[in-house]
Amino acid sequence: MRAGQLINKLLLTEFVTAFFLAMRYFFGAKPTINYPFEKGAVSPRFRGEHALRRYPNGEERCIACKLCEAICPAQAITIEAGPRQNDGTRRTVRYDIDMVKCIYCGFCQEACPVDAIVEGPNFEFATETREELYFSKEKLLANGDRWEREIAANLAADAPYR
Amino acid sequence: MTLPLFFFYVFSAITVASAFMVISARNPVHAVLFLILAFVNAAGLFMLAGAEFLALLLIVVYVGAVAVLFLFVVMMIDVDFAELKSGLLSYAPIGMVVGAILFLELLLVAGSFVIAPDMVGAGGLPIDATMDNTRALGLVLYTRYVFLFQGAAAVLLVAMIGAIVLTLRHRTGIKRQSTASQLGRKPSETVRNVKVKSGQGL
Amino acid sequence: MDFILSALDYLLGIPFLGWGEQIGFVYKALALLVGLLIFTAFILLGDRKVWAAVQMRRGPNVVGPFGLLQSFADLIKFGVKEAVIPAGADKVLFLLAPLITATLALAGWAVVPVDNGWAMANINIGILYLLGISSLGVYGVIIGGWASNSKYPFFGALRAAAQMVSYEVSIGLVIITVLLCVGSLNLNDIVIAQSEMGLAHALGVPWLSFLNWFWLPLFPMFVVFYISALAETNRPPFDMVEGESELVAGFMTEYSSTPYLLFMLGEYIAILLMCAMTTILFLGGWAAPIDLPPFTWIPGVIWFFIKVTLVFFMFAMAKAIVPRYRYDQLMRIGWKLFLPLSLLMVVIVAFVLQLTGWGWHGGIA
Repeated sequence: MRAGQLINKLLLTEFVTAFFLAMRYFFGAKPTINYPFEKGAVSPRFRGEHALRRYPNGEERCIACKLCEAICPAQAITIEAGPRQNDGTRRTVRYDIDMVKCIYCGFCQEACPVDAIVEGPNFEFATETREELYFSKEKLLANGDRWEREIAANLAADAPYR
Repeated sequence: MTLPLFFFYVFSAITVASAFMVISARNPVHAVLFLILAFVNAAGLFMLAGAEFLALLLIVVYVGAVAVLFLFVVMMIDVDFAELKSGLLSYAPIGMVVGAILFLELLLVAGSFVIAPDMVGAGGLPIDATMDNTRALGLVLYTRYVFLFQGAAAVLLVAMIGAIVLTLRHRTGIKRQSTASQLGRKPSETVRNVKVKSGQGL
Repeated sequence: MDFILSALDYLLGIPFLGWGEQIGFVYKALALLVGLLIFTAFILLGDRKVWAAVQMRRGPNVVGPFGLLQSFADLIKFGVKEAVIPAGADKVLFLLAPLITATLALAGWAVVPVDNGWAMANINIGILYLLGISSLGVYGVIIGGWASNSKYPFFGALRAAAQMVSYEVSIGLVIITVLLCVGSLNLNDIVIAQSEMGLAHALGVPWLSFLNWFWLPLFPMFVVFYISALAETNRPPFDMVEGESELVAGFMTEYSSTPYLLFMLGEYIAILLMCAMTTILFLGGWAAPIDLPPFTWIPGVIWFFIKVTLVFFMFAMAKAIVPRYRYDQLMRIGWKLFLPLSLLMVVIVAFVLQLTGWGWHGGIA
């Protein structure tokens, strides 16, 4: 063992250097986001919780073409179609998404010809039971009403690149 | 009944009870733990007798170190109780004979043991009330009994070295780690930067 | 009946026998216990905060301002959870182990003088008592590990047994060097000796009392004691006993709820006890670092706990900056480095003291 090494060892030089390095980090800025109170930026293309949108006049966009059901790789979407009572137009009777199966690939919103099913910017939809994750048509439409402003803004922001 | 007397009975009762449990416990780990309990209570008795240094030495040395190693070994070995118990009956007569002889001898010794009348009250050394236990012990140990003390220490040292020598095997032809030389390595001495021409290799 | 009355008198300070002027023992004990537990709660939070800060995280910051109440929230959480006892466990010992850890850690504080004479029991062999208590601490770990009847806790227990016994030796020798300088085993005397003699007195600047303390003349022992204390209390970088990368959580793997809380509490109080020991042996206990008015106005208790907190800060920093040791390297340091070094220091210190006549000689000239 060299003399210098012995002195380094006895004086714990490595420990002392590490201590001062650690103190630099100790007082340095923290990169952590204070999550529930602060949130990171979300891209307009973010694929989060699903929503069914409506036209501005309140008419639901979905025409029950079942393209999303066909393309869904996880087979999470179930649609039943039928003529609507009052005007006889083709609408969905049932539109269910099993959010447990969903892999958030975004194929459904790509397939949709009328921009009805979209994946919104919301990523905080954890539930206490499994059943709450089986989204029904009502739930999806309610999501659409709730997130319409953000979804429309995101679609507009992303439009030039499509 | 005074408070020290009360504690004397508490400590001695627990000591005797746990000493009994040491030999009657079915599980060897429990037996060792009862032994430790007996040690701790014996330390309490020492404390009551005013020998606080001895009491704590008992705890530090016996409970803190010796019994830990004891427990360590007992926990490691897997004792088969059925096998242990199987030999019990065949050895019982011999054991009882040995026990009876020992008991008789103890009776004889205890029955005939008398302290010489001129020694009563004339202990080896006068007790100095102003001096605490540790200092008094140290003064005796390092003056009057220094050779005995050093002799005991030498015996223990020889025993320790003997144990190490008996169990140490020097195997040749195996690789050993030298932490000092590992830590002493410097990048400048061990790492070489080589410029490799592309497509040629070294 | 007499002894019950005298015991009550001593404990509660009720003048049954006419000499109850003193403050009852129970009140002092309660004050120390409650103060210590609250201090431990904040130290626990401090530990996590320091660790987080070095890793550029924020640490607990939700419960209360700056997360100050985090430990109390944890206390409630552990208290109301279900205590799971494994089916194959030795029930009595399984529940006894955390109790042993917590009780022993608290018992150690009985002799710690937080100010001049402010100890629950100012006994003549205080330092030996502390050594004994810290050497008993290993039992909680061993019994807990064995009683769990599971392999990872058992490995943890075996590691603990060897590790804590090994470092006991060097701690004992470090204590002996200090005792050689002081000449008394009384913790109060050890602190007083550090203010009545030392380098500052020798240099003729007695008001620079931090130079008096033993950390300076016995610096190598101070370092050995600090590292051994880390190993003795199973703190990182020597926490092989619960090393989560190989043993899940070591001896605590099977523990949950209140028993786990007791282990945690006992561990941290034992760490604080070690910090207090460092403070008493090397950092002048309750004495102010500079013996001049603005510093001497602060009471000794506060100085004592400031020093304990500082030593604990170093414990927390060691956790944050040093990677975990390998087990054989830990043993190598203990037996091949610290034991010879501290033995050598005992001999050197004894020689120097004998030749020069320095030392406090237990206050007796």
